[in-house]
Amino acid sequence: MTEQVESLIKKDYAAGFHSAIESETLPPGLDEDVVRFISAKKEEPEWLLEWRLKAFRAWQEMEEPTWAHVHYPEIDFQAVSFYSAPKSMDSKPQSLDEVDPELLATYAKLGIPLHEQEMLAGVAVDAVFDSVSVVTTFRAKLFEAGVIFCPISEAVHKYPELLKKYLGSVVPQKDNYYAALNSAVFSDGSFVYIPKGVRCPMELSTYFRINEMNTGQFERTLIVADEGSYVSYLEGCTAPMRDENQLHAAVVELVALDDAQIKYSTVQNWYPGNAEGKGGIYNFVTKRGIAHTNAKISWTQVETGSAVTWKYPSCILKGDNSVGEFYSVALTNNFQQADTGTKMIHLGKNTRSTIIAKGISAGRSNSSYRGLVRMNPGAEGARNFTQCDSLLIGDRCGAHTFPYIESKNPSAVIEHEATTSKVSDDQLFLCQQRGLDAEKAVSMIVNGFCREVFKELPMEFAVEAGKLLEVSLEGSVG
Amino acid sequence: MLNISDLYGKVEEKDILKGLSIDVKPGEVHAIMGPNGSGKSTLGNILSGRPGYEATAGSVTFKGQDLLEMGTEERAREGLFLAFQYPVEIPGVSNMEFLKAAVDAKRKHHAQSDLSSVDFLKLARETCKRVDLDASFLKRGVNEGFSGGEKKRNEIMQMMLLEPDLCILDETDSGLDIDALQIVANGVNAMRDGNRSFLVVTHYQRLLDYIIPDYVHVLAGGRIVKSGDKSLALELEAKGYGWLENEVA
Repeated sequence: MTEQVESLIKKDYAAGFHSAIESETLPPGLDEDVVRFISAKKEEPEWLLEWRLKAFRAWQEMEEPTWAHVHYPEIDFQAVSFYSAPKSMDSKPQSLDEVDPELLATYAKLGIPLHEQEMLAGVAVDAVFDSVSVVTTFRAKLFEAGVIFCPISEAVHKYPELLKKYLGSVVPQKDNYYAALNSAVFSDGSFVYIPKGVRCPMELSTYFRINEMNTGQFERTLIVADEGSYVSYLEGCTAPMRDENQLHAAVVELVALDDAQIKYSTVQNWYPGNAEGKGGIYNFVTKRGIAHTNAKISWTQVETGSAVTWKYPSCILKGDNSVGEFYSVALTNNFQQADTGTKMIHLGKNTRSTIIAKGISAGRSNSSYRGLVRMNPGAEGARNFTQCDSLLIGDRCGAHTFPYIESKNPSAVIEHEATTSKVSDDQLFLCQQRGLDAEKAVSMIVNGFCREVFKELPMEFAVEAGKLLEVSLEGSVG
Repeated sequence: MLNISDLYGKVEEKDILKGLSIDVKPGEVHAIMGPNGSGKSTLGNILSGRPGYEATAGSVTFKGQDLLEMGTEERAREGLFLAFQYPVEIPGVSNMEFLKAAVDAKRKHHAQSDLSSVDFLKLARETCKRVDLDASFLKRGVNEGFSGGEKKRNEIMQMMLLEPDLCILDETDSGLDIDALQIVANGVNAMRDGNRSFLVVTHYQRLLDYIIPDYVHVLAGGRIVKSGDKSLALELEAKGYGWLENEVA
């Protein structure tokens, strides 16, 4: 591309401030004692400690995966601190009024004023600040509907039977290197249970935030939708600007029982590193859902942050007629690298899956789609449709597609479409000739490219996602 | 309105314009005709500030300002409009969204507040009607899947919405059937108000049957070789461009 879309990128990371909150942070390093410390700190029952230790021992035997199309220096796990919590959390707040005002100011800066959300938006927020859930709003209203929405550390004590039954049932401890690490040291996260036949009265939302330096964050989210229930869950992420790379290895497990529906939406804006590629989050996440008979799981993600992303929200379509969906926008700029996609594992009869993946690369970044569609022998009449589109901005970035298709049932139908395009000089000129400046033009063109995915997002998230793209693309034309 | 004086211009190191001069007063319609490769499209591109097209010598003033000093979008906001010969598609961006952004950008430049979505929609629908486009085109992606004629009518619709002071039509007639040509010409004629000026770039005389020019200029070898009134266009139609080139040589 010519000088018009010549891209050297300068971008201000709006969420890149650090809050001066006193924290209790474990010294760097990882051994069994650290796992025991975390478990003890949370006063966990014996079974969970054993569960963690089993994961830890498995992790020690495993090797870091290297197959992804990303490059980064080896991570020294002994240099990472595996536990950090704001000190003022020791006396656990019962309501927003009791929460450290500095903490609340941080959320306000991030644009999620809890008070306002509570009053206006009708969104229940479980805000995870480093490793401890600060406060969970709206719990009472949800409780009325029978919905459980609480920190997973609390669920361990209050709902041990549910936890024992479902924790690790979708992503087992030994699933992969990062899932094993997470299982050993997971700090906190959200637990959701929707009872039979209940439509969750509001959208549930969690904002995660990494604040402490050199802290890894390992949340674990478990959502169980009982028969015939429905829930929409939103997840948003930011982290302060740091020169060091930080590790984020989360696990999300979704269980959709018969006739249940789970819609899981993510807007991920972890710090991507600066324009020279220094710093940024390593985002190694395992997300998977299991759909029973007639159940439906939808993953929608907008990924604009992180230095390195390694993430494949997946669906196991176990029950007959179950449906899996994956809608994704992954934008990389500067030196960011993303290897992301999905796995659709069709086990049941007449299972259906849809994959719409949009990759946008600018600067010197690399964006890869990696997806697996597998039709098992029992997947009679199963169908998949996959569409992967890549958009390039400038001439120093890359887009890659790695589709894996395995069909062991002759009646299954798999469709795959892929396109690659560029933001053309002609499109830019048309916009500029009509009076739009180049940045507005690029963001408009990119938003148009993402339209099919954005329409899957809840309204307020769609607006946020559009704005985020605009910010992330700042300086990508010059 | 527009004064071009001894303009030289190049595209990718190739000299195309070689001393072109035209003076367009408010309300006038000037037709620029000429054989292929004479620099007709280059003129529109240089005037509108298309990247890759460079003026190397001479001057252009637009409404008293040095046009060549202005950025591409600034020229547009100041009221220079180029109707494209080949309008590009922008998939997924609705015509409506695109047009509102364009109108808002211009209004902002002139310190006016944004139109409300309701007012804009009303205006856009009325404008669609004027060029015989169904209002459903507002919801479709910019030029996405439009036929050749629909694209050109879409250009004229944009021109009407943006109310420019100077309209440059770059071979707008190419690829149009007679009905579409009339719609386009009617649209242009409806916008002639005594103040707005037009630069109609065309290869054929046909368009000038519908848009009657005040002046006709013949562009050859990068400069104007002959100027006259509308009868010159008819003469060209009858004789072709060859005789002029011989006359000049």
